[in-house]
Amino acid sequence: MPDEILYAAEAGLNGLMAGVLYALVALGFVLIFKASGIFNYAQGVLALFAALTLVGFQNGQVPFAHLINAIFGTQIHEFGWHLPAVVAILLTGAVMVLLAILIERLILKHLVNQAPIILFMATIGLAYFLEGFGDIMWGADIKKLDVGLPQGISDTVESVTDSLFGYGFFIDRLDIVATVVAALLVLSLTLFSQFTKYGRALRAVADDHQAALSVGISLRFIWVMVWSIAGIVALVAGVMWGAKSGVQFSLSLIALKALPVLMLGGFTSIPGAIVGGLIIGMGEKLFEFFVGPMIGGATENWFAYVLALLFLVFRPQGLFGERIIERV
Amino acid sequence: MFYREAGDFKTRYVDDSQTFPIRFDRWRYYAVLAVAFGVVPFLINDYWANAVFVPFLIYAIAAIGLNILTGYCGQVSLGTGGFMAVGAYACYKLMTAFPEVSILIHVLLAGGITALVGVLFGLPSLRIKGFYLAVATLAAQFFLVWLFNKVPWFYNYSASGQINAPERTIFGQAVTGAATTPAAKYLFCLVILFSLAWLARNLTRGTIGRKWMAIRDMDIAAEIIGVNPLTTKLSAFAVSSFYIGVAGALFFAVYLGAAEVGEAFGIQKSFLVLFMVIIGGLGSIFGSFAGAAFLVLMPVLLKNLLVGTLGWPTDLAAHIELMIVGGLIVLFLIVEPHGLAQLWRVAKEKLRLWPFPH
Repeated sequence: MPDEILYAAEAGLNGLMAGVLYALVALGFVLIFKASGIFNYAQGVLALFAALTLVGFQNGQVPFAHLINAIFGTQIHEFGWHLPAVVAILLTGAVMVLLAILIERLILKHLVNQAPIILFMATIGLAYFLEGFGDIMWGADIKKLDVGLPQGISDTVESVTDSLFGYGFFIDRLDIVATVVAALLVLSLTLFSQFTKYGRALRAVADDHQAALSVGISLRFIWVMVWSIAGIVALVAGVMWGAKSGVQFSLSLIALKALPVLMLGGFTSIPGAIVGGLIIGMGEKLFEFFVGPMIGGATENWFAYVLALLFLVFRPQGLFGERIIERV
Repeated sequence: MFYREAGDFKTRYVDDSQTFPIRFDRWRYYAVLAVAFGVVPFLINDYWANAVFVPFLIYAIAAIGLNILTGYCGQVSLGTGGFMAVGAYACYKLMTAFPEVSILIHVLLAGGITALVGVLFGLPSLRIKGFYLAVATLAAQFFLVWLFNKVPWFYNYSASGQINAPERTIFGQAVTGAATTPAAKYLFCLVILFSLAWLARNLTRGTIGRKWMAIRDMDIAAEIIGVNPLTTKLSAFAVSSFYIGVAGALFFAVYLGAAEVGEAFGIQKSFLVLFMVIIGGLGSIFGSFAGAAFLVLMPVLLKNLLVGTLGWPTDLAAHIELMIVGGLIVLFLIVEPHGLAQLWRVAKEKLRLWPFPH
């Protein structure tokens, strides 16, 4: 096989893996949008906050150390213990649930029945707040996240592809782990929403708020649950991205990467988020590979958006979105 | 007592349709104008011009522009930063290509070019709505910033990739470049803001404004009663982008002097202007001013308080500022989702009845 095709195939495969990570973030958006009609811009910051908290717990950092030192003139930084990864992940999960409860209590409860744009702006405000809060709590420096996930080039893939095509593919082992975890996550979410009582309640709320209320489903409880699930999805996304490129501010920008995925897949469809993520991930790597060198590179910043835009002109509700029917 | 229609007799149709029907409002408006044009230029110094007045005036133009699109026509846009960049780079190219033409014409032409780009990116609005459209306008934001970064023609092949505003004068007074006096900067922006705000106020009161609002309130119903969605939506995009382009040109040429596109016109700008519009009040020209003033003044106040008075480290203050800005935005949306303009409306209504409760 000619080398060109092999390189392209490798780029495409890597793109697929990146696409899984986009899909992970997009999944958080879809869950909240379905259950409450809120377009949650803070999803990316939630991932950042989760990753920061996880690192903070692991390293035994004192929360708000910087602030305390500035006010009282002390010099405290760490408790001096190191938690095992599993305990830290569980604790962070608990923090995300607590955060979901607080968000519902302090923000969403007061904004019921407001226009979607107002709710959207509220989540942007929340994103700003959490960004500052996370930095104050755990410090703004770039942190290394290590929860024991395998890293580096996968030897198995390389040797198998080498024997098949005479060219070893470079695939990061972390990407493979991320794919498996994402698949498990989607599977468990699907099982949860299809076969449990709360999952059914969730789907009922997604279908029709008022009808769900009238049969006795507590809207507020469902919202807390959805935001908790979104927080835990954000935690998974944060762990994956954090292990890949360190925990830092740019982590919150993956939310922006997930938006075209949503447009492509439709705001209300979980399979749409997955397929959209894969298409975007592969598309942008291949575009960068074939067209990028001709027009100066770094096309990854906008390619996804333009692709989604062109796509929407022909199919306004996305790939799997519900058909939009409008009446006067 | 003094704030009511009683005693203010309208004897001509012109009187009947004036912008400020209440006499007190009219006098207040003239008083504000007199202070803005006649008093502030003589008192202004470098700090006040650069930290407060010039950014306020420029952001007010951008906020009016976005308010026309989002508040009056109902099309949410997150591409404001990108369109401001178009205005800035158009202004830069014109300034360097035709040095003998007046800067005022360059700024207006930059607005015109931005209007064309805005119409181009507004085309998808004919097919898609709501959040899909909001995300689609992000495409404009990222694509335009990338374009100005990657194509050297736009920054005249300068080594740093920055654009620098050369010195240009109006009536012999420098308004761009390093030698500009604070008063000249202020007055230049103020004159443009005044004329654009006056234009916007009258546009939104007329046929075209009513068409925009009809599309905003319900586009299908508007189409049935004979409002053409194509021309209405695209005209809103064009007018809005014109304002935003002028704001971008002023932001670069008068306020910053030198700009790097990713830093000056990134996505944060889009959100900032959108916040101004929401906090000020959707669909209100006064709201655009109020929102711009609020979001320009608040960081200055916070910084003075935290760093100046309490003596905290600047990075900590920056994070606390983020928290407070975010918290205030949420609080605002909870307390008054219709923004400062609504508070103003309520206050005026109370004032009309005063001293009686009902």
